[in-house]
Amino acid sequence: MNDHLQVSSSQYEDKGNLLLRLEEAQHRLGYLSEQAMSELAESLGISVSEVYGVATFYSFLSTRPQGKYVIRVCKGLPCCLKDSDIVISSIEAAIGIRPGDTTPDGKFSLELTNCIGACDSAPAMLVNSELHVGLTSRRISQILKTYE
Amino acid sequence: MPEQRVVLRNCGVINPGSIATYLAVDGFKALNKARGMTPEQVIQEVKDSGLRGRGGAGFPCGLKWELARNAPGDTKYVICNADEGEVGTFKDRYILANDPFMLIEGMAIAGYAIGADMGYIYLRAEYQYLNGSLVKAIDQVREQGLLVDFDITIRQGAGAYVCGEESALMDSIEGKRGEVRYRPPFPPTKGLWDQPTVINNVETLMNIPQIMLNGADWFNGMGTERSKGTKVFSVSGDVSKPGVYEMVLGSPLRELVEGLAGAERVKAIQIGGATGRIVPYDMMDTPLSFEDILGAGAITVFDESRDMVDIVHKTLQFLAEESCGKCTPCREGTEVMAGILERFARGEGDERDIKDMERLSQAMMLSALCGLGQAAPNPVLDSLQHFRGDYESRMQEKRGSVAR
Ligand SMILES: Cc1cc2nc3c(=O)[nH]c(=O)nc-3n(C[C@H](O)[C@H](O)[C@H](O)COP(=O)(O)O)c2cc1C
Ligand code: SF4
Ligand code: FES
Repeated sequence: MNDHLQVSSSQYEDKGNLLLRLEEAQHRLGYLSEQAMSELAESLGISVSEVYGVATFYSFLSTRPQGKYVIRVCKGLPCCLKDSDIVISSIEAAIGIRPGDTTPDGKFSLELTNCIGACDSAPAMLVNSELHVGLTSRRISQILKTYE
Repeated sequence: MPEQRVVLRNCGVINPGSIATYLAVDGFKALNKARGMTPEQVIQEVKDSGLRGRGGAGFPCGLKWELARNAPGDTKYVICNADEGEVGTFKDRYILANDPFMLIEGMAIAGYAIGADMGYIYLRAEYQYLNGSLVKAIDQVREQGLLVDFDITIRQGAGAYVCGEESALMDSIEGKRGEVRYRPPFPPTKGLWDQPTVINNVETLMNIPQIMLNGADWFNGMGTERSKGTKVFSVSGDVSKPGVYEMVLGSPLRELVEGLAGAERVKAIQIGGATGRIVPYDMMDTPLSFEDILGAGAITVFDESRDMVDIVHKTLQFLAEESCGKCTPCREGTEVMAGILERFARGEGDERDIKDMERLSQAMMLSALCGLGQAAPNPVLDSLQHFRGDYESRMQEKRGSVAR
């Protein structure tokens, strides 16, 4: 289950709120399929293009299928100063994909992201909603092993 | 001037998972005290304190509350801005993780003062791992019967830097794309769902309980003429002790960067993140205040091994990516500047490019709709002023390293 947009259930009470509904669909399905978006448009009485417009605005919503674990490596300036490029290369080597791609087995997606607010222990990354800091090439393989 | 903990006083002291530990350090005394006063008296105290917003713009907090209190509306809202998207800022994360209770208390006091019945914490997507502990903290406060006529809900962002801007943030809570609104009207009169809304940064709200408990005079005894109280700084980059530090406003940059964070061989410092200012080493004695340079308190340190063309290139790449695209000067301007800087980084820039960037900067500062586009030229102009040599050596060498 893709849990990186898990939010507490009480927040879905706001039935007409498009972003909340999209977050919920993303959580349930792992991504926003065309079918999910058109069903949402119908139930809210709005156009599909409006739904699509919101879905594509936010970087944590995806209109393409994503891996079980989405790795977001920080490419912010403070992380760059701490050699995040080496970390990115080791992840690419470890899972065999480039940023923007998903492994053929559907396990990992790799993305680069802007500052994730952990510059005090840069370089940093998120795997789904879990934060990992103080990354080194050596630690990368250990961390990735914990995701099955 | 050493560290002074007002906002961070409970961080590392209380257990953020247990309200009992917060109650043991005078927790919720300020809220009780406020409820014994009239809302107008509470607002007057905040006005007298001189507290200004800690999210970057420095708007007087009490004045904002008064506008919302006096604005007609059926329902009023308090929003805590926990979007913290500025590059190099992580103080709000630290606060949310270590002392959620004082934030909740601050929000409840704001709610009482303006007459709101609902509060939202807008938590950036990247901080989703804090969502659960915040929900627990709110639940504990509710169970203690401390949220009277006022409730707090968390809204999880979905990843967009511009949603830290207050009008875009409100659109996002309403479920839309986070786009900057034309103003006026301003949020205190017409905000969330067109109702009067106070939106404050996490750190701003953290000051409120302390002001209520100790009084406006205590608070405005700290700081400078127009910058009262303390500020929490996020220090990163080329320092030996990166982290979160709180100092009285007006403290010299040098104390923070060299004294507390242990920087050596400093070449430049970026203050306030991507849209902030870049200062050279010889400005190390600049006071950290609204009168001088502050922003949201992101301090990124660069040592002598760094090339400012690379730094500014990365900064403009970020701004070009995060521009929401609503207005042309920012959408196009940040792209063009990022492109020019990319050429400089490759060693292909020339004098004409510098002129182009300067001309574009003027246009953007004058005509962009929000703070992102207006301040995007800062890093370019500051680096051209203080580090022209870095551009010139790129032009002479006609070669350069493209950092990824
Ligand atoms: C592009 C942009 C991004 C911003 N991001 C944030 C942010 O992440 N957090 C924040 O508190 N304020 C941010 N602000 C400032 C808010 O618009 C607003 O001024 C602030 O939340 C008001 O709270 P305060 O008065 O307590 O500082 C941003 C402004 C702009 C223009
Ligand atoms: S200045 Fe930039 S971020 Fe702000 S509204 Fe215009 S395009 Fe959007
Ligand atoms: S730049 Fe990577 S966490 Fe801030």
